[in-house]
Amino acid sequence: MTLLVERPGVVEEPGGPEHDHGPTGLLKWVTSTDHKVIGKSYLITSLVFFVLAGVMAVLMRTQLASPDNTVVSQHTYNELFTMHGSLMLYLFAGPFAFGGIANYIVPLQVGAPDMAFPRLNALSYWLYLGGGLTMIGGFLTVGGAADFGWVAYAPLSNAVNSPGAGPDMWIVSLILTGFSAIFTGVNICATVFYLRAPGMTMFRVPIFTWNMVVTGILILIAFPVLTAAMVMLWADRHLGTHIYTVSGGGVPVLWQNLFWFFGHPEVYILALPYFGMVTEIFPVFSRKPVFGYRGMVFATITIGALSTSVWAHHMFTTGVVLLPFFSLMSYLIAVPTGIKFFNWIGTMWRGSLKFDTPMLFSVGFLVVFLFGGVTGVFLASPPIDFATHDTYFVVAHFHEVLFGSAVFGGFAGLYYWYPKMFGRMLRESLGKASFWFMFVGFWVTFLPQYLLGLHGMPRRIAEYSASTGWTSLNRVSTVGAYLLFIAVAIMIVNVYVSWRRPIQASGNPWDGHTLEWATSSPPPHHNFYRLPPVRSERPLWDFNHPEHTTRKHEDLLAAEGKRGRRHAPGAHAGTDGGPADR
Amino acid sequence: MRRGRVALALLGGALVLGGCKAPTFGAFRGATTQGRDEFKLWVGFVIAGLAVAAIVWGLIFWTVIRHRRRGSDAIPRQFHENVPLEIVYTALPFVIVLVLFYFTVITENRIDAVASTPSEVVHVLGFRWGWSFTYDSSDGRSQGVQIATAAQPTALAQAATSAQYPQLVLPVGETTRVVLTSADVIHGFYVPAFNFSRYAQPGVVNRFDFTPTTIGVFRGQCSQYCGLYHSEMLFSVKVVSRADFTHWLAAQQASQARSGSGATT
Repeated sequence: MTLLVERPGVVEEPGGPEHDHGPTGLLKWVTSTDHKVIGKSYLITSLVFFVLAGVMAVLMRTQLASPDNTVVSQHTYNELFTMHGSLMLYLFAGPFAFGGIANYIVPLQVGAPDMAFPRLNALSYWLYLGGGLTMIGGFLTVGGAADFGWVAYAPLSNAVNSPGAGPDMWIVSLILTGFSAIFTGVNICATVFYLRAPGMTMFRVPIFTWNMVVTGILILIAFPVLTAAMVMLWADRHLGTHIYTVSGGGVPVLWQNLFWFFGHPEVYILALPYFGMVTEIFPVFSRKPVFGYRGMVFATITIGALSTSVWAHHMFTTGVVLLPFFSLMSYLIAVPTGIKFFNWIGTMWRGSLKFDTPMLFSVGFLVVFLFGGVTGVFLASPPIDFATHDTYFVVAHFHEVLFGSAVFGGFAGLYYWYPKMFGRMLRESLGKASFWFMFVGFWVTFLPQYLLGLHGMPRRIAEYSASTGWTSLNRVSTVGAYLLFIAVAIMIVNVYVSWRRPIQASGNPWDGHTLEWATSSPPPHHNFYRLPPVRSERPLWDFNHPEHTTRKHEDLLAAEGKRGRRHAPGAHAGTDGGPADR
Repeated sequence: MRRGRVALALLGGALVLGGCKAPTFGAFRGATTQGRDEFKLWVGFVIAGLAVAAIVWGLIFWTVIRHRRRGSDAIPRQFHENVPLEIVYTALPFVIVLVLFYFTVITENRIDAVASTPSEVVHVLGFRWGWSFTYDSSDGRSQGVQIATAAQPTALAQAATSAQYPQLVLPVGETTRVVLTSADVIHGFYVPAFNFSRYAQPGVVNRFDFTPTTIGVFRGQCSQYCGLYHSEMLFSVKVVSRADFTHWLAAQQASQARSGSGATT
């Protein structure tokens, strides 16, 4: 690739990148192949699923607030936890990150005009929307939605134990969204590999984009397995095969192996994008470069590699897996994750920290994820897993890591990039209120759940008797869930306020480091009028603060300075970026 | 080395707090020898985990408080790496997890060890939504005693230890082999006070030993979601002296002989 040559046509294209002659209004949203429009569609759709799943969580917590409660029936409760998990994991956390934020931001960060395959990108979205509606549609069937848990363990998920159209729709939905994810993974990898701006070598790619590359590769490893497993489950249910049933010579535990071979990389598919988001935010709000950039990249790759060899730690109590191997591999993931933590702290260390909402949520992510990570190390120990498997201890652990990354990290990313995407700022006061409700609500919800697990409360039970002594801890946890609900409601109010009374966002409101801030907010149709020269992993910072580049790049800049200046977009790139163009 | 002292103080604080206030850190001490082994490992892990968390939290809060922007708009020094430091904080977690792994393997082998001659053998069968326990000791003392009860889907208000739910009776101080499988879907055979659970799976037979150390009645429950009445798939474990066990066994055999249902299969 000719990385060091300016891209022809970028600087003085006749008519500039603003030649958007497509339809407007609703038709634009339906027919667009622009990564920014698709990204926004993904973002809004996934947030709707997030709120729906959150309402289900609040219903469940209400049911568990008292022993022998009858707010919902056992059957409804089983549907609720199945759909809560499915919506959060399949339809929110992943699509929000790689369909929403990454779709919008990755092309901008690498200085590309669009994704590599714009039409494939549109297909991804429509598959995702169709799949999501199919899953939700299960509630409209006679037997109700799927109720075998988001992991759909065989043989519980077969036609005898879970008959009806709801479970079938759940399976079809996952086949559809599985393909959607695979296409997006291909698209992201191709975009980063082939469409980077001149000068952007792989070791100058922003960490968020790096994490999306590794996520994309993990998607390509994990999702085909899930999709294949779902097709076989469908065949068991309708074509008379016996892949997962003992009676026909099948092996039920095969399902667990296939599912978790998808499921554990999936956990990192859901975490790495959010790690990437906070890694963009810490340097900007500390006014320093990422500490240990290369270590960060290698840690991400290591996490990706290890995540494919730890799946059976979900199966320690099956009695049919090699415990020491999967235990050791799971422990080892703590090493690169630890590196990331120290790098994040190193990035802030002796910086000039400013606690705007994105930074608050990022620090919140660090604090809560750490505890989830530590309890994760506990669970990598098979004896401790024997005592806590399938209890609320596990529930608390994975909510701490998944809520910690997808919601704290996701909200950090949303507050950070919202001005870029919509050309208007969110209110800081509401953002901070939302953060504190969420931070307090988080601990109030999940700390009691750790204790409940240790006291022997299994997960996925619709009711418990008062004699168990679990009542008060459950009450506290329910109060916490309400606090979390308020936090999300404040966020929605914040978005509403920003639409009713907009505060215009400049092209570069946070003094950003990376290329997405070198264009207007929102960017024009093909993203950039000009690009600053890319001589490090933070080209815009180098351009705006030439006397404060990291020393290694100073000489490079001096050598290239003249040339860079000529193509530069003005004295302070980005901050004077034009107002919203539509 | 001010940083080091702060970390040490935090570590000490965590240990003192942990040591005095909650010596079990919320967990059961374990009513079997296997459960006690797990408990010891648990305590070690919690202390190590809290120490690491305290250090990292300390660093986070230190930098968040000390390095916040105060008025001046000066741009801080732009350092971006420190290779020796990075090597140290890569190697250190590596050593820590290897140590944890060592203790894990030791404990795991003790918990999973099965005696060559257990004094009792119980076949446990999970089904939707109940359990059956069939005694089948090698010396024939308890052969064929069967306790089977399905959960009653409406009566959760009853205590889990009530006679309505199936009860597994074990002699104290002796090793009982559990042979576990399932008749339909996957269930979780979970006795919280024993710090132990294992899947009951169709087509798979799992074997493990309990050596109870404490006389008493302990709650048990299906932990792996198994369908509509999963919440009510309860049982209990009653640990009794050898004499009481023999007595109970005889009574069971007599009653089963009377009812003519001496299920010896």
